[in-house]
Amino acid sequence: MTDDPKIGRRGFLVGAGAAAAALAPEAPAQAQTQAAATPAAAPAAPAAEAWLTLTQTEAAFIEAAVDTLIPADDLTPSGSDCGVAVFIDRQLAGAWGNGARLYRQGPFPKAKPELGYQLALTPREFFAAGIEAANAFTRKTYGKEFDRLSEPQREEALKAMEAGKAQFTGFSSTQFFNALLQLTMEGFFADPIYGGNRDMAAWKMIGYPGLPATYREDIKTYFGKKYDKPPRSIADFS
Amino acid sequence: MATRLKEVDAVMVGMGWTGSIMARELTKAGLTVIGLERGNDLTPGEHFALPGIRDELKYTQRLELIQDPALETLTFRHRPSEEALPMRRMGSFLPGNSVGGAANHWGGLHWRYLPSDHLCRSHIVNRYGAKAIPEDMTIQDWAMTYDELEPCYEKFDKLCGVSGKAGNLRGQKIDGGNIFEGPRSSEYPNPPMKMTESALMFEKAAKELGYHPFPQPISNASRPYTNIEGLTLGGCQYCGHCERAGCEANAKAGPHVCILPKLRDEPKFTLRARAWVSRLIYDKSARKVTGVVYTDTRTGEEYEQPAGLVILSAYVFGNVSLMLYSGIGEPYDPVTQKGAVGKNYCYQLSRIGITMFFENKEFNPFMGAPGSAMALDDVDGDNFDHSGLGFLGGSRFACGHSDGRPINYRPVPPGTPRWGADWKKATAKWYHHAANIAVSGSNYANRNNYLDLDPTYKDQLGRPLLRLTYNFVDNDYKVMEYTVGVAEKIARAMNPSIIAPPRIRRGDYDIVPYQSTHNTGGTVMGTDPKTSVVNRYLQSWDASNLFIMGASTFPQQPAYNPTGPVGALAYWSADAIVTKYLKNPGPLVHA
Repeated sequence: MTDDPKIGRRGFLVGAGAAAAALAPEAPAQAQTQAAATPAAAPAAPAAEAWLTLTQTEAAFIEAAVDTLIPADDLTPSGSDCGVAVFIDRQLAGAWGNGARLYRQGPFPKAKPELGYQLALTPREFFAAGIEAANAFTRKTYGKEFDRLSEPQREEALKAMEAGKAQFTGFSSTQFFNALLQLTMEGFFADPIYGGNRDMAAWKMIGYPGLPATYREDIKTYFGKKYDKPPRSIADFS
Repeated sequence: MATRLKEVDAVMVGMGWTGSIMARELTKAGLTVIGLERGNDLTPGEHFALPGIRDELKYTQRLELIQDPALETLTFRHRPSEEALPMRRMGSFLPGNSVGGAANHWGGLHWRYLPSDHLCRSHIVNRYGAKAIPEDMTIQDWAMTYDELEPCYEKFDKLCGVSGKAGNLRGQKIDGGNIFEGPRSSEYPNPPMKMTESALMFEKAAKELGYHPFPQPISNASRPYTNIEGLTLGGCQYCGHCERAGCEANAKAGPHVCILPKLRDEPKFTLRARAWVSRLIYDKSARKVTGVVYTDTRTGEEYEQPAGLVILSAYVFGNVSLMLYSGIGEPYDPVTQKGAVGKNYCYQLSRIGITMFFENKEFNPFMGAPGSAMALDDVDGDNFDHSGLGFLGGSRFACGHSDGRPINYRPVPPGTPRWGADWKKATAKWYHHAANIAVSGSNYANRNNYLDLDPTYKDQLGRPLLRLTYNFVDNDYKVMEYTVGVAEKIARAMNPSIIAPPRIRRGDYDIVPYQSTHNTGGTVMGTDPKTSVVNRYLQSWDASNLFIMGASTFPQQPAYNPTGPVGALAYWSADAIVTKYLKNPGPLVHA
């Protein structure tokens, strides 16, 4: 099993920061040369956005995870290039992430799955715990954190978590995986105003036109014919 | 210490469909009425407007219009022997919030219960004998027949502008409508909606098999419509965002479109939003309620609102919990089967059915409405001979497209992974090419399915949460097996490229995935105060000036969506109050 030659975004940023710190300010010419030699940023992505709540470790995990759940192909760019990691960060930073619409009174005994979510954790806390447990699992199994694994290793690790084969404390890895998958799919397919589905890539993939969604006449005109108008989002009408 | 307010003639606890209908009818009769609503008020022009109303994440996933469980939820367990735990997130069912209630976000499916549904127990005993009813199946007759309620069904149809095609006009059966329905005095107020190709394919296959499909009766107006209150609904835009969201076209019937503008102009009516009723004030010796206590949720202050009449229109869970908090009536005990408050909780067998994939059909799944579907009733209720089948009840079917919102709707053939490269390819390939036959099964009452108060968990006001004890039983699994089997026959006759395995509920009821917001029972109607909470006019046996609205009065739940009878019963009860009760206050029925 060989390492993936791509160093991953976190490695790139850490490396660039370290190199710049080592070189500034005595040798500015060398710093420029150093910068020119580093790999180009991912195509068609805007300047890196600041994370509102994810730590560097968490962001690296999330980006790697969404890129494995939604790999780049001829249908769409990768999950993180579609903004899905940004979506997840915004959701975990916001009201829902911090426990809105969640009954939070105890006690919190363990429960069978048909009774639903019974942990005392908000989504933000749950993802922090889940990412920590996922990285502990990959360190134990592969000797590395999740975002450092090769693509096949990442797939294997996610499948193990999905099947409940990774030992997490306090909750099953399946529960964490399902929450991660749900948030990923929301980020991929939601309106782009939330940070994901950049350029409506997911909507273009399936042929979902978005707004305005007023089809009183079209439902007859397009009977049996694929609706062919390009998609538009909430921002296009704001 | 609660501040005592000036007495009014009547107070509505909850301003959804039934609170709005009752308030309108009572103010027309000259009463001063206060409408109390825990949630906030809404202005459709602001809250249900483009482009924001097309936000699937906000409305379908984050449940913007739904009751917040942090305020109040319920606890749940499968059996009386187990400990109940809180439903910490809404899932299986989605109660409304705000003025307008669940009507703000419903899909508009609008039915009249079958004549045999009204006389559920007697009909079965007459046809199959008393031994056909399992000992723990506690089904009861309604306290009024279909024929008695028909004028009220008609009135509510005309308030909403239901779109459909009659299958029984004054006793004459009409092909193309639902030939199993009870007789209607007149045709539907609006013609059926435009049908999707999937609906028409279903219709063709069903007819070829000898079944009787008909257009789904629906409160999405198929054309602009002025209702019996002189208020105008717009024509449905087939937007594909109906359930979970408000309607920017005013085509989906609800209190905001159909009634509230009249009430807002009515000097005898006062609306108080953010008023959370915590209990009714009950004078047990006088057998009357004297008013309600509520908390203004903006300030936390408590008020006592005295009233001559109290209408409980707080949805199933609000009605039952308020009866229990206020000490009105005897709580139901599943062991002794004594008491009636909380008894006969029923639900719906929902989100079952069968999905098909058609390589050569283009469905544009995002275009449609809940009404652009064909329905089928041949294996519903007692519309078919159950002799030898070993179960009672049945299901209604529907096939069409109404929801292509992609976070939730991404049909893929069986065996497709849930993520990764193959998942992407399959999702892109099949999104435009799948159709589903949706099946909704009846849920007959069981002695162990009931509501009471939880001993451990509390709501934001410090009151005990309502506790739900509920599970599917043998009869339910048999209903699903049999009726989804019929749906599969029709699916095969539609000639799909791929057919997914039928979706049936197996094992214990799972409160997590959304199924249906058809919660019923808990304050059931009847002729015997020992086994019912309200009489045929929805008047409490225990307090003659208390009337209870809504599906909490249903003794069991047929296959149909409950809103049609919910509205009809509100008119029925209002009529009894205005023409009988006000002239002679006191019990209207002597048991």
